[in-house]
Amino acid sequence: MAFGAGMGHDDEACSPGQAHLYNGSSGTFLPVKEGKEAMATVTFDNATRQYPGNPIPSVDKLNIEIADGEFLVLVGPSGCGKSTSLRMLAGLEEVNGGRILIGDRDVTNLSPKDRDVAMVFQNYALYPHMTVADNMGFALKIAGVDKAEIRKRVEEAAKILDLTPYLDRKPKALSGGQRQRVAMGRAIVRSPQVFLMDEPLSNLDAKLRVQTRTQIASLQRRLGVTTVYVTHDQVEAMTMGDRVAVLKDGILQQCDSPRRMYDHPANVFVAGFIGSPAMNLMEVPVTDGGVDLHGHTVPVAREDLANVGKNVTLGVRPEDLELSSDQSGIPVTVDVVEELGADAYIYGSTEQKLLEATGENAGAVPFIARVDGRRPPEKGDKIYLKPKSGHVHVFNAESGLRVGD
Amino acid sequence: MTLEITTARPESALLDLPWSTPLEEWPESHLAALPRGISRHVVRFVKLGPRVLAVKEIKDDIADREYAMLRNLRRLDVPSVEPFGVVHGRTTADGEPLDACLITRHLQFSLPYRALYSQNLRPDTAVRLMDALAVLLVRLHLEGFWWGDVSLSNTLFRRDAGAFAAYLVDAETGELHARLSNGQREHDLDIARVNIAGELMDLAAGGFLEEHADPFEVSASVIERYHTLWDALTGTERFEVGDRWRVDERIRRLNELGFDVDELSMTTDIGGTEIVITPKVVDAGHHSRRLLRLTGLDVGENQARRLLNDLDAYAAATDRQGDDEEIVAHDWLAKIYEPVTRAVPRELTGRLEPAEIFHEVLEHRWYMSERAGHDTPIEDALRDYVATVLPAKPEEKAVLGVDTEEMPVISRFD
Repeated sequence: MAFGAGMGHDDEACSPGQAHLYNGSSGTFLPVKEGKEAMATVTFDNATRQYPGNPIPSVDKLNIEIADGEFLVLVGPSGCGKSTSLRMLAGLEEVNGGRILIGDRDVTNLSPKDRDVAMVFQNYALYPHMTVADNMGFALKIAGVDKAEIRKRVEEAAKILDLTPYLDRKPKALSGGQRQRVAMGRAIVRSPQVFLMDEPLSNLDAKLRVQTRTQIASLQRRLGVTTVYVTHDQVEAMTMGDRVAVLKDGILQQCDSPRRMYDHPANVFVAGFIGSPAMNLMEVPVTDGGVDLHGHTVPVAREDLANVGKNVTLGVRPEDLELSSDQSGIPVTVDVVEELGADAYIYGSTEQKLLEATGENAGAVPFIARVDGRRPPEKGDKIYLKPKSGHVHVFNAESGLRVGD
Repeated sequence: MTLEITTARPESALLDLPWSTPLEEWPESHLAALPRGISRHVVRFVKLGPRVLAVKEIKDDIADREYAMLRNLRRLDVPSVEPFGVVHGRTTADGEPLDACLITRHLQFSLPYRALYSQNLRPDTAVRLMDALAVLLVRLHLEGFWWGDVSLSNTLFRRDAGAFAAYLVDAETGELHARLSNGQREHDLDIARVNIAGELMDLAAGGFLEEHADPFEVSASVIERYHTLWDALTGTERFEVGDRWRVDERIRRLNELGFDVDELSMTTDIGGTEIVITPKVVDAGHHSRRLLRLTGLDVGENQARRLLNDLDAYAAATDRQGDDEEIVAHDWLAKIYEPVTRAVPRELTGRLEPAEIFHEVLEHRWYMSERAGHDTPIEDALRDYVATVLPAKPEEKAVLGVDTEEMPVISRFD
């Protein structure tokens, strides 16, 4: 995928081939998938959802190819279309244009239960009088799976979930974490081709969220079942996904491995959305051979700046800055210093007339930088910061698209 | 942090509840019943003056969302519990933040399914429970509400002239759409099938289910009943232009099912020989609305049907069928209904709702008449019913649950 070549839907499909690809099952026995020879890839092919009476599609020509066994996270601010996309895959939302495929099977018009997908965590009630094994396997009984097969699948899932010794006990005898794994087991024994998870951690507090996040991610890797996960939390997305797809206003902005996304955001939106604390973004004038930061020239390849106009948007992550010794660079007034031991975060603002070419004053712009924690500046100090060489992101000021690599 | 209480009925007594204590540890002195019920969250029933409130501890944003959702459902006139308020900004004495609390009013005379099943449910009663749940689900879907967690635990049942009316209790996972797609409805039904079978299997494992009751058959019956009702309410019918009586027939059938037709689309084919009709807007509560208009009584749909039948019988018996309906209804209320419901001794009023007692008295009169071989006056039936039947009934005004486990799955961790 050519970065900066286009914003989402006009672009070529976002396919796993070009980015980091999770290699499917890690070799863990997973007879759960036995008998399912078909590759559980998932393809959104120009998939579009437009609500009646709404002038703009909620999901606009979405193109994503998800590899077999991959963990893909859909992330974006509220209203970006991430949940709608997941529900289109689940069969809960009508698809008005394009197609959705699971493996080679076009599921666009299939009912939810014929798609062989499982929504995880939509219900995690446990039944007190039933054994752990029955709690995990009862839904298979409803589906008409025979007893021996149920027991087999339950035992396999229990092994993965470290629940084998508890299979014949009642949920009451389990700890909270074990109960939660039983609930996960309910989804696992169904051995769907694809797991779908819509903000499954949204009602947990911060600590449990981190624990459970790790559990889900490692479980998914052991199972090797293709998983699509929706969250509004970019940290969750970046820590869990093999790849992350960022959506905004129903349009795919970028779909890449977390590393690539972090190092090469395709546009200003992704640059500002991914990363915590957020990337500093400012409009700066173009000079000969680079961009100007108050007397300090940041080099940018000449050919990249050929058609960008007078100004560009420059992005620098807080950790990619260093203190300048010669009063050139970005002048920052320090408001708060957050000391974290080895590092310190500076929260301040820059008042520089960044757009001197036009005489326009950008006003006070909030600014965050990570500095050496042993000698941090103090509140009220005025400091100058320069980007570390090679760690700037340049975006077209008009289109917001990335310039260069 | 400051405590912030949002409620439609400001009540200063709310401030006296121990908000700085985790709900799980609230002292028994505040509780209306011992903590019960399977819930993924901690839920407690508390006494507040004359009221019983259900308090659920959940994340702040979910509490707000569910509160707003329940208010919307009430506005849409869907049978659901009444939201009372949300409490934010709770902290312990040490300043540790606590989750928000969603408060709903306890629905009087409602029964959790576990309470019903613990009193030796007759097979036909079990069928009626499932019918009630299917009707509720159809009504929710007609309004564009996707439940997301259809289950017996998330439903309360009220007696309704021998049958039941179901109420939605938990809207946490619900979503309100302009209209639901078939996929969304199917998904809800799938969830219902699994949850209901699971809940019944759990009752069976606990020894509360009659042996002949098959959890799978029972849960499948809910889906079947749902489809029948959905098709009757929304299905398209086509017939020859000459058979126009079938339009009225369709409306009459829907009324019998308890629904009013607010909008019906009628089209003819190009040749003009065939008519196609599809009900567009149907509204539940045909009988209860009519009874409310005539008498001011607000009762269940089946109770209303029963009361309206008795009203008709009264008009016929007093030879007033040609009179103004509202005047006859007024007399019936003053001369028949109220004397019966008021004759119940105070100590027995908590057994059943007045309208349900009236229904039972009518039933009782029918049995007495049959046995005697002649008509029994309602006064005699009432006297006998209050003396022999009602005292044996359990108190149902405030049934808060039976002995079950609290089973939070995600809200607690190792």
